[in-house]
Amino acid sequence: MRIVGRGRVDRTITVPFTFDGRRFWGHEGDTLASALMANGVRMVGRSFKYHRPRGIFSAGSEEPSALVTIGHGTARTPNVRAPMQELYEGLSARSQNAWPSLSRDLLALNDLLAPFLGAGFYYKTFMWPRAFWERVYEPAIRRAAGPGALSGQADAARYDKAFAHCDVLVIGGGPSGLMAALVAGRAGSDVILAEEDRKFGGRLLAETEEVDGQPGPDWAAGVVAELTALPNVRLMPRTTVTGAYDQGTYAALERVGLHLAAPHPDAPLETFWRIVARRTVLAAGALERAIAFPDNDRPGIMQAGAVRAYLHRWGVAAGRNVTVFTNNDSGHRTARDLRAAGVDVAGVVDARPDAPDSADYPVFAAGHVVGTSGRHGLREIRVRHAGGQRQLATDCLAVSGGWNPSVHLACHMNARPVWHEGIAGFVAPDGAVPGMAAAGAARGLFSTAGCLADGAEAARAALADLGVTVTSVEVPRAEDGAYDIAPLWHVPGKGRAWLDYQNDVTVKDVEMAAHQNFASAEHMKRYTTQGMAPDQGKTSNVAALAVLAEATGRTIPQTGTTTYRPPYTPVSIAAMGAGGRGKGFAPERFTPSHAACVRRDAPMVEAGLWYRPSYFPLNGETSWRDSCDREVRMVRERVGICDVSTLGKIDVQGPDATAFLDLVYANTISTLRVGRVRYGIMLREDGHVMDDGTCARLGPHHYLVTTTTAAAGPVMRHMEFVHQCLAPRLDVRFIPVTEQWAQFAIAGPRSRDLLNALLDTSIDGQDFPFMACGAVGLMGVAGRLFRISFSGEHGYELAVPARFGAALFRQLLCLAEPFGGGPYGMEALNVLRIEKGFLTHAELDGRTTAFDLGLGRMVSPGKDCIGKAAARRPGLCGASREQLVGLKPVAPEGRLTPGAHLFAEGAQAVRVNDQGHVTSACHSPTLGHEIALAFLKDGRARHGRRMRSVDHLLGVETLCEVCDPVFFDPEGARARG
Amino acid sequence: MRITCPLCGARDRREFHYMGDAVYLDRPDPVAPAVAWDDYLHLRDNPAGETRDLWFHEAGCGAWLVVTRNTVSHDVLSVALADGIRGGAG
Amino acid sequence: MRYSGFRLFSEGMTGNRGWRPVWRDPEPKPEYDVIIIGGGGHGLATAYYLAREHGLRNVAVLEKGYLGGGNVGRNTTIVRANYFLPGNSEFYSHSLKLWEGLAQELNFNVMHSQRGLINLFHSDGQRDAFARRGNAMINQGDDAILLDREGVREILPYLDFDNARFPIHGGLYHPRGGTARHDAVAWGYARGADARGVDLVQNCEVTGIDISNGRVTGVQTTRGAIRARKVGIVVAGRSGQVAAMAGMRLPIESHILQAFVTEGLKPVIDHVVSFGMGHFYISQSDKGGLVFGGDLDFHASYAQRGNLPMAEHVMEAGMALMPMIGKARVLRSWGGIMDMTPDGSPIIDRTAIEGLHVNCGWCYGGFKAVPGSGFSFAHLLATGRHHAPAARFRLDRFARGDLIDEEGTGSQHNLH
Repeated sequence: MRIVGRGRVDRTITVPFTFDGRRFWGHEGDTLASALMANGVRMVGRSFKYHRPRGIFSAGSEEPSALVTIGHGTARTPNVRAPMQELYEGLSARSQNAWPSLSRDLLALNDLLAPFLGAGFYYKTFMWPRAFWERVYEPAIRRAAGPGALSGQADAARYDKAFAHCDVLVIGGGPSGLMAALVAGRAGSDVILAEEDRKFGGRLLAETEEVDGQPGPDWAAGVVAELTALPNVRLMPRTTVTGAYDQGTYAALERVGLHLAAPHPDAPLETFWRIVARRTVLAAGALERAIAFPDNDRPGIMQAGAVRAYLHRWGVAAGRNVTVFTNNDSGHRTARDLRAAGVDVAGVVDARPDAPDSADYPVFAAGHVVGTSGRHGLREIRVRHAGGQRQLATDCLAVSGGWNPSVHLACHMNARPVWHEGIAGFVAPDGAVPGMAAAGAARGLFSTAGCLADGAEAARAALADLGVTVTSVEVPRAEDGAYDIAPLWHVPGKGRAWLDYQNDVTVKDVEMAAHQNFASAEHMKRYTTQGMAPDQGKTSNVAALAVLAEATGRTIPQTGTTTYRPPYTPVSIAAMGAGGRGKGFAPERFTPSHAACVRRDAPMVEAGLWYRPSYFPLNGETSWRDSCDREVRMVRERVGICDVSTLGKIDVQGPDATAFLDLVYANTISTLRVGRVRYGIMLREDGHVMDDGTCARLGPHHYLVTTTTAAAGPVMRHMEFVHQCLAPRLDVRFIPVTEQWAQFAIAGPRSRDLLNALLDTSIDGQDFPFMACGAVGLMGVAGRLFRISFSGEHGYELAVPARFGAALFRQLLCLAEPFGGGPYGMEALNVLRIEKGFLTHAELDGRTTAFDLGLGRMVSPGKDCIGKAAARRPGLCGASREQLVGLKPVAPEGRLTPGAHLFAEGAQAVRVNDQGHVTSACHSPTLGHEIALAFLKDGRARHGRRMRSVDHLLGVETLCEVCDPVFFDPEGARARG
Repeated sequence: MRITCPLCGARDRREFHYMGDAVYLDRPDPVAPAVAWDDYLHLRDNPAGETRDLWFHEAGCGAWLVVTRNTVSHDVLSVALADGIRGGAG
Repeated sequence: MRYSGFRLFSEGMTGNRGWRPVWRDPEPKPEYDVIIIGGGGHGLATAYYLAREHGLRNVAVLEKGYLGGGNVGRNTTIVRANYFLPGNSEFYSHSLKLWEGLAQELNFNVMHSQRGLINLFHSDGQRDAFARRGNAMINQGDDAILLDREGVREILPYLDFDNARFPIHGGLYHPRGGTARHDAVAWGYARGADARGVDLVQNCEVTGIDISNGRVTGVQTTRGAIRARKVGIVVAGRSGQVAAMAGMRLPIESHILQAFVTEGLKPVIDHVVSFGMGHFYISQSDKGGLVFGGDLDFHASYAQRGNLPMAEHVMEAGMALMPMIGKARVLRSWGGIMDMTPDGSPIIDRTAIEGLHVNCGWCYGGFKAVPGSGFSFAHLLATGRHHAPAARFRLDRFARGDLIDEEGTGSQHNLH
């Protein structure tokens, strides 16, 4: 119900919206909660367990009850707190956790079963018969659980992330925060002021207090105007600081477009900020807590402070005939304000025996609310007080159990808050987050004057820390009342008294938990689920701890709190994971030949961050195998071109380059002549093979090291480690040049012919023998040629500066055509290397040693190298190790599959008989049957023996013969020729 | 989390690669007994409190850093270039 | 007190006044046959099996905080037996068998839900590695099914199949994998151990280990000295500190692992799903929260809280894999201390000090191991012999080179 002349919504603008399909109207400036209340809607949801009717409890993000679903289709958002949702035209809100309808909810039946569904009941049942847990009980529980539902589809909206840096971050834009920002801003510091609400002012917007002789909201607006004009101040409304992290890093969520009927298509809905602050003022205010009493959960029972907020900010009376239940002075303020606005107040029930009297409304001193009624909304309360018992008809009970400072962010680094007897609440501990100081209500100061002064002082102290001196700060005049409270956590008596409104945790649940010896705060929380609902117990945890303390005969500080953890309020995965969707998850790296490959219809596959062509289909080829087999034959018989630019390249130079490479390579590099290339392996210090590649000596003190595609980064990091951390005296420098050079394999018997059609100066077997390297010129471009082969054929790799890569690839293909050659892809490359027993990461899987791979002789005995000492461990060598072998099917049509395990003939295919496994397998067009590389226990001694390869997953079992891993041209004559 | 690289200044955690305890600087002699290598590669003091560990400013200057920090509070106490510490060795 | 639906009914009818404490709060005795340091999942399970399997009842579990307050109460609740290396295969297989029927055995509903786990793969190379793994699982007697892309789409239609940076090629499906209610596991074992006479002593921090002539004789605690013939250290991330009290260094580095839970939601994810390219795994709790996690923060830490870079990376991976969860809101994040070993596999062994045993190094896979770990450690403590399924989890395997390195990432502790 709107009250004439109250509130700051713009009544000239009418905003239509719907709730559960019914059409309503609110005003510009309304939240969904204020608009629903203005329209007399009281029940807005159902609780989690008992499906009890739930109304609007608060006016902020601490809301435990009024959770709704907003929007439709992919924009559907569950669990939106009605007080946090700004109203916009066409907003469509729906209640949750009720079926078939909010007013007639079938699962409200649970409420009748409540005696059997107390805390932790599910641990004690649903165990028989055993199969029923997964088939019957669990599915039923899952369906009943969970307030809102996701749409099941990806959201089409944009989300964003950003960084910000400042001298002083002020968290919270109430009186303390505004003063802090003003002092820091005027001093010229870089200031960020983050406020959860759309408007700055905090409680000033919800009260009638004056600051500096002006209405509080007007004073706040004046400060905001001044801050806006300061170039060094950034105001961030609708921004909740959600987490405190190390070295002054804070997470914050900005709701950019959630309040708009038509968010700008280029703007994000939400932005997740990482704010790095040198100093932080925590001015997050305080949250009003409830009092537990029998049936205290009906719609219409609200925070007393929220009732004032709805009245003063939105001009809405929370009821026609309001009662107040309080244990402190602030409850009376609600009664006074309502009376002043012409709303009936049926009485104030004050738990304190010395409650202040009033001429305007009855005060029930030493009073407790001991019961309520009203099925879908409050109708009546029962009061027991100093003078006896009363029943009061009322449709709204405003409750104040005192105020809890918002200490959450101060406790995100494991600190526990400190109990403050004077306010019967926890306050932020000093210094718990380096660089952060709490101010105002977050520190337990509840008078406006105190908050203003404290905010100013916090900023002054923060600036002083940063070396900025602020001499005089003028603090505006404001109310400076005392705060008097007599703690009351729950009203004793029969009937269920709610603590956690969303998870349906009652006083009795906490007492039962304590009785069963779930006596620590953590046990109680976990057993009862207190504080684990979307509101994280912001208005109920302290009361629950108090009940636990009482039940276990301890004080509240002895009982302690559970851990405060980020986020302060929930953050959407979309915002925090912004950028991760689709292609955004990882960078895409493209080779110089990418476009040409795509033009040839080559399927491009992910190879780490790179894309590489799988194969190059020709007309008439019906499967990848057709293309692959052709490409393999093409390389074996004529010439093939393959872009190998993705291989890592590291340029190594310096007088000690040779000594350095001797240390990082297992094999010896110092014996390599200038103009020659050597295959090398690097070990990890733990003795396993890290990577393999080639090392080309381009000059006396100049090498080019290649790595596998995946290991380019790790090898560079490793080399830097070896240099900087182990051998800093070596005069050597290196730099990754992977992106600087485009490199192409030219492989096959006609490769030299092709090259000689391209190079400025032709080469022959004399000046370019196998494993030679050197500078070449082609069409005026300086390139490098390496006579190396990953196919076993006479082959080269030709490198040119990357900008010539695409052109060179085109040119190579043109030149290859007359020889019957062409491009080949990853499939053919893989077959070619398996035929030759060359290794990839299928074999170099981080668990294999040089010994396993048959490369033991490469580990030079004459020098130290990384990994050499650890490789000597007994478990890393010997017959029990699985060693690299080749496998051929005994029957020509036999299939070999990667991942199959090996067993002796006649042995059962079970773990204890496991002899090894297949790492790589393919059909060899060269040999006409399938071949595989495998690791087999004592494999090198078992060439010629028969093994069973068993792939349970594919249902393939093949008898095969163990052989040397080099299937084709074992002498290497073709590559040397 | 932020680390102040001696060459680049204060940078976000995500620019750095972590390796482990700074004992990695003290590589045993290649012919040291197996127990020395076991110690070097595997065994750790693993302190709850102040520790020295190795970080690589991978997305920055490429320097390996010895960071003295507290494993309980995440305070960073000092940062030094690894090759400066190891300058006398190698 | 036996729990049942009938008991719930009769208690409900009589005001729920008859429930008895789930465990006692005993004062520590001066001497025990076995002291277990650490009242987490592994310690409680060890005590339970000592009493149940070996009849050892003069046993105490000393816990510095509250029972189940470590990683057993702070994880992503995944239970699986999908390892492939000898040592791990048989151990996790045994552990999973203990899970099946655990609720009935403990008379405490641990909500073990074998809803199936799917490890996705995104390249031929990953497929081959998963094929090796799946075949090893079947060799061990466990279950595995290799799904192609369409097979995955049938069970997990909500994944981003068409727009992804790393397209889904298929998945390894482990139907017996699933989840359990983590706290309930700790409480169920605690209740079972207590009922068999084990003393569970909370708020009792061990401050020293008494050793005489190379033999452990007891411990010093904040509640006085307690003698014992055998002592088992089962303190996960704190292993380094407790071992130091006995003058030992362990092959352990403690690291943070973060995890996350969203607000409650109606059922939307029915399995456990693990991304192959972004270290992201997710399931939905019976209460409706999406429970998910990723990789370590990667730096040694005891802070029990993480930082934004990894938290954001986990969210990004979630958005890459299943963008439909974008509107779900993260309610809470937490960090645990992971006892990382140089090969990513655990340690259940004696030490050089007679009577002193360690159970540690569970890295971030300890939850599913709780039953098997307790069973095998109890066997070692009670009989002096290694239990066959855990026989390879030796302390000296790093020095010997008998590694169990499932990730293949080598001796750097944080890479597993």
